Amino acid sequence: MPKNIRFVQGNEACVEGALYAGLDFYAGYPITPSTEIAEQLSQRLPEIGGKFIQMEDEIASMCAIIGASLTGKKVMTATSGPGFSLKQEAIGYACMTEIPCVIANVQRGGPSTGNPTHVSQGDINQARWGTHGDHAIIALTASNHQDVFKMTVDAFNMAETYRTPVILLFDEAVGHMREKLIIPEKGELEIVDRLRTAVAKDVDYHPYLPREDGRLPMSDFGAEHRYNVTGLFHDMWGFPSNNPKIVNELLRHLVDKIENNVQAITRYKEHCLEDAEYILVSYGSSARSAIHLAQNRRNKGEKIGVLELQSLWPFPTELVKEKCSDAKAVLVVEMNMGQVLTQVKAAVKSPDRVFLANRIDGQLITPSNIKQLLRVIQGRGV
Amino acid sequence: MAVQDYLRQRFFPHMWCPGCGHGTILNALIHSIEELKLNKNEIVMVSGIGCSARISGYVDFHSLHTLHGRALAFATGVKLSRPHLNVLVPMGDGDALAIGGNHFIHAARRNIDITAIVMNNRIYGMTGGQFSPLSGPGVKATTAPYKTIDSSFDVVELAKAAGATFVARTTAFHVKECTEMLTKAILHKGFSVVEIMSQCPTHFGRKNKEGDAVNMLGLYKDNTAKLGSKALEEKPHLIPRGIFVEKERPEYCEEYDKIIAYAMKEKIS
Repeated sequence: MPKNIRFVQGNEACVEGALYAGLDFYAGYPITPSTEIAEQLSQRLPEIGGKFIQMEDEIASMCAIIGASLTGKKVMTATSGPGFSLKQEAIGYACMTEIPCVIANVQRGGPSTGNPTHVSQGDINQARWGTHGDHAIIALTASNHQDVFKMTVDAFNMAETYRTPVILLFDEAVGHMREKLIIPEKGELEIVDRLRTAVAKDVDYHPYLPREDGRLPMSDFGAEHRYNVTGLFHDMWGFPSNNPKIVNELLRHLVDKIENNVQAITRYKEHCLEDAEYILVSYGSSARSAIHLAQNRRNKGEKIGVLELQSLWPFPTELVKEKCSDAKAVLVVEMNMGQVLTQVKAAVKSPDRVFLANRIDGQLITPSNIKQLLRVIQGRGV
Repeated sequence: MAVQDYLRQRFFPHMWCPGCGHGTILNALIHSIEELKLNKNEIVMVSGIGCSARISGYVDFHSLHTLHGRALAFATGVKLSRPHLNVLVPMGDGDALAIGGNHFIHAARRNIDITAIVMNNRIYGMTGGQFSPLSGPGVKATTAPYKTIDSSFDVVELAKAAGATFVARTTAFHVKECTEMLTKAILHKGFSVVEIMSQCPTHFGRKNKEGDAVNMLGLYKDNTAKLGSKALEEKPHLIPRGIFVEKERPEYCEEYDKIIAYAMKEKIS
């Protein structure tokens, strides 16, 4: 039996994943249902020489981690709906300035104060378009604690690889539920460290000139290269520019570096999918119910499968199209008014064969909720 | 190192209006840093948004031009992660005390070793002359065509009450005093605030009939007096200049280092 076997909350699995990935600076503000992440890190970070700070508000937390990341730290903050709204301007700043950071949003019911202690998946579109202006973003999710751990590690790796904020879209049910977590040994999972510039001291360093592979080696604030960082459109030295060519190229770079790597970023799982006639597309805690139903109906001979998405942005359009191409019907199982449904409809050949199985009352969607709709679609009555 | 070696000369002439006090503040700040012989690699300047915030583009330090009002929050992240760095945060009055007011009082409360410079021209210059929380009542602005009814903050009193351990005020007229105060503020261990009254002839002066830059500088000379001076004693309505607070209190990053030492020891034992 593995040594590092634990029985933890999803939020703790996120903490373990973050520490495994090399987190050494956290700034946050208390908010349900994500608070356990801050509580745990306030204890764990100083034990390894890392820093934890409880800031005066959600905005300040987001700003503080960006400042810390610029000095070379691996950084993270965690929040939920209202706090996620407040962080949006600074998330856009991190997109524009290409500063690696991870934001965990343990989703609760919204809008506004909403349903703080109950589950929801209502922030999918906010993760994509919450900050103003054109941009690209990476958002990952998970339905069980082993995957929460893995996706958290991936989030840190992707933040460094693409120099971007990465959003972890967990939800209250996964965050607060307890289950088994096996913490991998050191070296078992790949860790991406910060790519630092090889440019020597006193040689002109271009913080915003992408290499051929699109990556931008960084230099820590406090090290020998002094440069400028601004939320304005900027040239390769980081100085403000409204030159149309520079504006155009920078915005395209910000979008392309992520959208052109959809395949590398895509994370998903298949459950009984090979010959499935009916496909449930789901993610997060709702995927647990979808998987349960599919396995149950398989035992009774029905050809049902689940495509569990673990990366929601950039949306894996090609994957969904391919996996759902032979399905008689596709059910998107989620706890919102159809935020991923819209993406799935846009991806598949026959959008009229895509249906929404949702629940928005703060209760976890159950296998029988999904089954009811499935029976109607299958023409087997209510 | 010569003064010009601290500047990114290719960006000059600067973007501030003729007669603006902000260039004088940059001058005083650079002289102060030159006097202190600080290593450029160990200075991080973090600014927000507004006329004042553009100062970070002109200095050859690590420069972080952030969001409106949030400079101190970004700076807190920089300082806590690398406490050996000198972190300077120039802010405008709206930047520091309207949208950024919360960060200002909390940075002071923590007593984190950051130097905050409030470049107070009592107006939003970059957006074209709207009143700020430091305008005070009876001021004309583009958003107060009938004059303001809003009371102003007193930066010094606010910083004192919030817990800043170094608090000073001067003006763009008193350039040598500016340099001296900035030097002391940078050397001070803890959160230091220097309010520098800075003329905006383009918006504040024009709307409020205070004349050109020379005339406005004359008003700073006439309407202020040194703390403890006879002039201030005789004319208590004058605005006091000087160092109001200079005291010791545990500094945030040093206190956190103690937490780390304790947590590491606890874990091992």
